[in-house]
Amino acid sequence: MNDAVPEKKLKLATAALCGCFGCHMSLLDIDERILKLVELVEFDRTPLTDIKAVGNCDIGLIEGGVANTENVEVLRDFRRHCKVLVAFGACAVNGGIPAMRNQFDLQDCLQEVYLDGIGVENPHIPDDPEIPLLLDKVHPVHEVVKIDYFLPGCPPSADTIWIFLNELIAGEAITFPYSLIHYD
Amino acid sequence: MSSDKKFKLDGKDIPFHDGDTIMDAVLRAGEYIPHLCHNPEFKPNGSCRVCVVDVDGRHMSACTLPAAKNMEVDNSSEVILDQRRSLLQMLFVEGNHICPACEKSGACQLQAVAYYTRMLSPHFTHFFPRRSIDASHPDIIFYFNRCILCGLCERASRDVDGKNVFSISGRGINSKLVFNSPTGKLGDSALSATDKAVSVCPVGAILPKHKGYEDPIGERLYDTKPISVVGDVAANHSANDSSRNGD
Repeated sequence: MNDAVPEKKLKLATAALCGCFGCHMSLLDIDERILKLVELVEFDRTPLTDIKAVGNCDIGLIEGGVANTENVEVLRDFRRHCKVLVAFGACAVNGGIPAMRNQFDLQDCLQEVYLDGIGVENPHIPDDPEIPLLLDKVHPVHEVVKIDYFLPGCPPSADTIWIFLNELIAGEAITFPYSLIHYD
Repeated sequence: MSSDKKFKLDGKDIPFHDGDTIMDAVLRAGEYIPHLCHNPEFKPNGSCRVCVVDVDGRHMSACTLPAAKNMEVDNSSEVILDQRRSLLQMLFVEGNHICPACEKSGACQLQAVAYYTRMLSPHFTHFFPRRSIDASHPDIIFYFNRCILCGLCERASRDVDGKNVFSISGRGINSKLVFNSPTGKLGDSALSATDKAVSVCPVGAILPKHKGYEDPIGERLYDTKPISVVGDVAANHSANDSSRNGD
């Protein structure tokens, strides 16, 4: 941890697209170090602050892949507002577990889940206009917008996130010990 | 004089014997060049190209190029590392390598070599090919999604097991592994769980059934030490086998 506190706090935003929220849980796993983090950054839109719209930010962390139209909108909004955008975790980096549905036609997935699956009651494919439309495939975020940094891991460990944010905020080259980079 | 037979690997003298490839001499000297389709027990294939090195200004595969006196071999410049990383990224996007859902994760050579080259992203656009699973064999399961067509099972089945169970069929992106059986199913082939071909797979394509996730996270082959220290998947498999037999 760098003792020097920057004069002006950087702004940090995070979003969860098509993931399991595990990467955000891992971010919280930095435990009491989050007190040091809030000395360095001000949280903008994140699930932690409940701010709904992303403002101009220095750093944006994107968890999850792109699976529906809302994910595309949020991701593009983050790209417009964040100086540095980070693919945060396996799903953002390569689609991850949700991308396993790319092996099947979307219609077959919906049919199995909402119509033909075991134990389904009142079979009906949800069609409320407020529900974002699903894309036919789940995509990694770099296939939709330019990404500046990739942080693999399912999830990236708290130490990985901590080292990354500290080095990034300090303007240093990002380097990790061997055991902190993994794809699972 | 045999002591004259040396080449330079990143400025370091590497002695070699007649008939050695660069890879043979480098591995014997205890140094490491990343590789996937190479296994010292088998004839080199030169297909994955991950062992690319710069030899006197030309990019060559270390596993197939015969060693020669006074060669200058570059194994660690940024240009070479970038090229290897790109090759690995292409392997990752061409298949479906969902590490969190794979039993081989943590002990996978593709993953370990990617860690070694500091690959953080797939960079390219994913193909997301639709590939099947062959679960017809009672003891072995085959995941086409994870196969990198290294040809090691083909070589092991032919040269060690004497069964010719595997072969690569098709061209380009349509290349795939095929099984030598009347139905084309692995279950109807002569493959058995103790075959060499089963243990040489560097990725999670050929896996034994009835077990999985035996090593906890943190204790898997490549969890704490890089492949340059730990060695290949197949070599570790053989070492484990002989220690078990020794008991």
